[in-house]
Amino acid sequence: MQQRTPIEEQIDLPFVESLRISFQSLKIRFGRSIITTAGITLGIAFLVSVWMNNEIGIALQESGRQTTINTFEETAEQGISTKDIWLIIMSLIVCVVGIANSMLMAVTERFREIGTMKCLGALDGFVVRLFLLESGFQGFSGALIGALIGTLGAVLLGLKDYGLDLFFYFPLLPASPEDGPMQLGVIVIILLGCILGMILAVIGSSFPAWRAAKLPPAEAMRTEV
Amino acid sequence: MADIVVKTEDVVKEYRMGSNILRALDGINIEIERGEYISLMGPSGSGKSTLFNMIGALDRPTEGQVYIDGQNMSQLSQKQIAAFRCHRVGYIFQSYNLLHVRSAHGNVTLPMIFAGISEKDRNERAEKLLDMVGLGDRMYHLPDELSGGQRQRVAIARALANDPSIILADEPTANLDTITGREIIDLIKRLNLEQGVTVISATHDLKMLDVSDRIVDIRDGLVERIRNRDEIEIEVGEVGGEGH
Ligand SMILES: Nc1ncnc2c1ncn2[C@@H]1O[C@H](COP(=O)(O)OP(=O)(O)OP(=O)(O)O)[C@@H](O)[C@H]1O
Ligand SMILES: [Mg+2]
Repeated sequence: MQQRTPIEEQIDLPFVESLRISFQSLKIRFGRSIITTAGITLGIAFLVSVWMNNEIGIALQESGRQTTINTFEETAEQGISTKDIWLIIMSLIVCVVGIANSMLMAVTERFREIGTMKCLGALDGFVVRLFLLESGFQGFSGALIGALIGTLGAVLLGLKDYGLDLFFYFPLLPASPEDGPMQLGVIVIILLGCILGMILAVIGSSFPAWRAAKLPPAEAMRTEV
Repeated sequence: MADIVVKTEDVVKEYRMGSNILRALDGINIEIERGEYISLMGPSGSGKSTLFNMIGALDRPTEGQVYIDGQNMSQLSQKQIAAFRCHRVGYIFQSYNLLHVRSAHGNVTLPMIFAGISEKDRNERAEKLLDMVGLGDRMYHLPDELSGGQRQRVAIARALANDPSIILADEPTANLDTITGREIIDLIKRLNLEQGVTVISATHDLKMLDVSDRIVDIRDGLVERIRNRDEIEIEVGEVGGEGH
């Protein structure tokens, strides 16, 4: 007990311990985790539905089966109209801001916890890793659900616009017809949605977590939310 | 030869708020011996918590030095500071600061996880510590399911996890009723006597007076005076007469 030995360096925690702590934390905070994850789900669902709706539109135009009741009347003969591009960019911004906001909230309300963990001997890197793991998991699962919801939404819209034709020309796989715009296809869009959601969640969470971890614990613990 | 555990040298702490500079500590010099029970007393805003943070390496002084076990704290690396907080000091706070996602047991094991202690050893030790603070039957409760006094007991067990040489307590009884507060003080005093832990506690609580070896009165960021136990006893009598 009565150490007089010089102070050693704190050890790095094994990865498994970090993983275990982060899952425990997600599990007990389940209700709150769901709300944060829902933020990610909504953002990605919105983006994916707009994007895919557009993709479906193009695919059916390409097929020459386009009916007169197109969602966007201004849709050009071929390719994406400026309005569609604008809509996709808008939904991307909504998605980025929404996810960043929900992650920032989730980290800010845990500043005190971060300060406390540092009092108990946590290294800054451990704190960041904890949030990285938690948000990576939340980001991926939230975005996957969001992408599926978005796909469902786009399919329903497509059914309304194109009827059952939709399924004959459903743009499942990427395609790059010679005379038309390149199409990513539904599967790639879902994948991109998942990756984007995960990256946004991880950045949105670990950046504020890193800033909180750098604070002296006294300051982190003072923060009231 | 006195064995000095904590020594501060002209410690100054300034807080900057916009263009205002607030001097919370204005040159604090104290020496604390191993095994002492020290109370920091003073009116609200006098700088007790700020000094607590400096001694516990929870914040850095603007000027001056803090030595713990002869080691100058400003010369430690990040990893050494983390190890210092983990092994040498046990912190107890007014608002308990338990991690609400971890059970009592989980809170006590966390500093041992950070110290790299094996799962079997830390579980055993957590059970022993929780037993010692009287929570043997509540180990797996979440903090939200415990009373204030019970939470503070968990915090004390957690503070002891890695067998620290110093216990730092910032108003540990402020949120508790008189009787529960008394129990917490007795528990901390028992650790002080039985295990030789140095206790440094910021407090408003006059019940702390009669267990303290010395009382450091802080006022406006300065040490106003330091009273020894024998100088206090008369005053405790007075307090006892009117207070309880
Ligand atoms: N992070 C901070 N930023 C700005 N001012 C601060 C900060 N921390 C403390 N202060 C100021 O420093 C002074 C001393 O504060 P401190 O918390 O140390 O007082 P205290 O003696 O612990 O009071 P109390 O008994 O109310 O807990 C106060 O005037 C306070 O407003
Ligand atoms: Mg205080």
